[in-house]
Amino acid sequence: MVQISRWQLVLVGLVLVLGIAFALPNLVGKQTAESLPDWLPHKQVSLGLDLRGGSSLLLEVDVDSVFTEQLENIVESIRLDLRQARIGYTDLGLEGDEVVFTIRDPSQVQRARELLAPQLQDTLFSLSDEGVGRIVLTDQARASRRNSVMQQTAEIVRRRIDETGTREASIQRQGEDRVLVQVPGIEDPERIKTLLGKTAKLNFRLVNTDVPANAPRIPPGSELLPSDDQDLSGLPRSYVVRKRVMVSGDNLVDAQATFQDGAPVVSFRFDSVGAQRFAQVTRENVDRPFAIVLDDRVISAPNIQEPILGGSGIITGSFTVEEVQDLALLLRAGALPAPLVILEERSVGPGLGEDSIRAGEFAAILGMILVVVFMAAAYGLFGLMANVALITNLVLILGALSVLQATLTLPGIAGIVLTIGMAVDANVLIFERIREETRNGRGPVTSIDAGYKRALTTIIDSNLTTLIAALLLFQFGTGPIKGFAVTLAIGLVTSMFTAIMVTRVMVILWLRRRRPVRLPI
Amino acid sequence: MAFIKYFPAQPKIDFLSKRKLFLAFSAFLLIGSLVSLAVQGLNFGVDFRGGILIEVRTNGPADLPDLRSRLNNLDIGGVTLQEFGAPTDVLINVQRQEGAEAEQLAVIELVKAELGDVVAEYRRTEFVGPKVGDELRQAGILATVLALTAIGLYIWFRFEWQFAVAALIALVHDVVATIGFFSVLQIEFNLATLAAVLTIAGYSINDTVVVFDRVREMLRRFKKMAITDLLNLALNLTLSRTLLTSVTTLLALIALYVFGGEVIRGFTSGLIWGVLIGTYSSIALAVPLLYYTGVRRDNLAASDASEEEAVEDAS
Repeated sequence: MVQISRWQLVLVGLVLVLGIAFALPNLVGKQTAESLPDWLPHKQVSLGLDLRGGSSLLLEVDVDSVFTEQLENIVESIRLDLRQARIGYTDLGLEGDEVVFTIRDPSQVQRARELLAPQLQDTLFSLSDEGVGRIVLTDQARASRRNSVMQQTAEIVRRRIDETGTREASIQRQGEDRVLVQVPGIEDPERIKTLLGKTAKLNFRLVNTDVPANAPRIPPGSELLPSDDQDLSGLPRSYVVRKRVMVSGDNLVDAQATFQDGAPVVSFRFDSVGAQRFAQVTRENVDRPFAIVLDDRVISAPNIQEPILGGSGIITGSFTVEEVQDLALLLRAGALPAPLVILEERSVGPGLGEDSIRAGEFAAILGMILVVVFMAAAYGLFGLMANVALITNLVLILGALSVLQATLTLPGIAGIVLTIGMAVDANVLIFERIREETRNGRGPVTSIDAGYKRALTTIIDSNLTTLIAALLLFQFGTGPIKGFAVTLAIGLVTSMFTAIMVTRVMVILWLRRRRPVRLPI
Repeated sequence: MAFIKYFPAQPKIDFLSKRKLFLAFSAFLLIGSLVSLAVQGLNFGVDFRGGILIEVRTNGPADLPDLRSRLNNLDIGGVTLQEFGAPTDVLINVQRQEGAEAEQLAVIELVKAELGDVVAEYRRTEFVGPKVGDELRQAGILATVLALTAIGLYIWFRFEWQFAVAALIALVHDVVATIGFFSVLQIEFNLATLAAVLTIAGYSINDTVVVFDRVREMLRRFKKMAITDLLNLALNLTLSRTLLTSVTTLLALIALYVFGGEVIRGFTSGLIWGVLIGTYSSIALAVPLLYYTGVRRDNLAASDASEEEAVEDAS
């Protein structure tokens, strides 16, 4: 036992060198760290949003609305098909997530089957001989649709945030239908929230001028939409708009905020398909109002003065400069496939983040000094060895955090401070045991030997229990708490290593050199 | 230099004779905690109850009554304000609003618009919607139950049932007393403080395991010693370690409490209390409980003689 095997020395040496190498980049500035040559470790500890400031938003994608929309489209196409084929039907509509309808005349059931079946891929379609039809989306179709909606959402969210000039945003899918957006260093979280809160589905539709907005019944194929316009008496105005989309925002290639006659407007440009369609519609509907609809609200409904053939135009409305800028941004980034709901927000301003880092650093260093002084005072030489192990431990934690790119949060710093206090426990256990063995009349070598051996199981036992708690915290915690669990777990592992291995190497080297007759504790 | 020399390696404190006193004190702590939990409950933070928390720094010392009346005029339900670490820093807690997430978010904008002229910096905005609040609460309960169960299983696996029962009672005692601490002082209970409670569970069992390991060793070594003497001996032999470790941990935690900033002060205070309670319970509760669960040598001798040999052989 008092001989230490070569591989143990090599292991301790190796871990120390690696730990120091990986921890070092944290001591220099960020730029210096990044400019280090590739063969040197250059990763720094990544700070959590609570320390560097920024916003974390948990979003839920309303995927169900996409399914509903898909089913509603099926309803519309069935209506059209059956009508064209002159097959009588009743009760066509949505029931939950099922499209239902009834064919009036059972003799036409076979015809209806042949007509509808080819278009209803990705669905379970049944039409009984009595004429009762049911259509649901297959699980497969739902799953693949959900996937594509989620991917698209992440992409659009990324584009919208990139458009604001923030480049470091992290966007991760979480679970079935959630997206976690983390934007470091953002000054105004409200702006991001506003940008993400809008679906930004833009389309151009004709206004149904046959019915007034206050008509008791809106004809099928049209709908009543609110607007930002005011009527003559200053009340918010509504429009009866045809449901058919003439040109959609999907065909936009560019949108910019600009001014026209001193008023802020958005200018836009269509791709070739959009331009063609836009030209055709405007040519055929001169002098009719054309509604620009954004997220089921009419922005404005100007009269078409002349055909617009160039594929570009402007959107006017009662906008502020800021609104125009946001709208242009949203149109450039594209529409979300489904509305987003913000489930959770955690934003930390840059000031608080800096204060937290400063306070955390100071507390960690002070805690460290207190423990180091106490240990040196309590155990003398052995205390100094424990202190070397403690500092090594801190270096290893820093190195491990950098390598693993684990996020350091404020509770994470607390975890480190806590491990500073608890790390010496293993050494205290060993030293107390050595003291006891010495008191029982054993010589230095056997005391040290017995001290390490007897304390070992206890150390492992006691650290494992805390490790259990840390792992569960990691599993169930979110954000900062995960950070706490990570540093606590890393700290436990590194402290076991330093307390058992590092101090033992020191103690044994000291024993060999000095060959003491009595131990100084 | 080493002052530990002056600390007796084997003090002779008769802990066991005071076991009834300790039991009474622990019962008092437990009952106090439970009564407080029943009467005033926990001051749940935004994580668990859902709602909005905004920390602002005002231009100049904050005029709390003015801010309060302005926010109350917004008609957004219960709003509580408190100074947070400095006269210019105010913590605003807004009750969970009726309705879904959108309604809550609208309130944040409303508050920010109202306070625009007095606020220099929004230091922190936390919003937890009803859905996530419920989820976090469930995850929190699940994590606590799982942690206690996992630690319990480990103890059961490592020790005989008499030890396991005593350790678990001590563990539950520490957890309840720590949660009670948050209830009595009405310190905000959030995700971070829950983490503190779980950490304390780990720390407290750690302390207990060290003493129990020693009890087991003594049981093997001194076959004829009376059980109370033996438990006392084990306690006294580990006393210096128990106290030293608590002192170093507390030194680090106190540094954190005083200088670590306002945000984690509640969390740190829970840890400090927990370390104190955990230390107390492993000395004054866990070991005396062994006396009552009736540890015996016979069932140890059989199962552990071989283990002892194995350890010797391994060296």
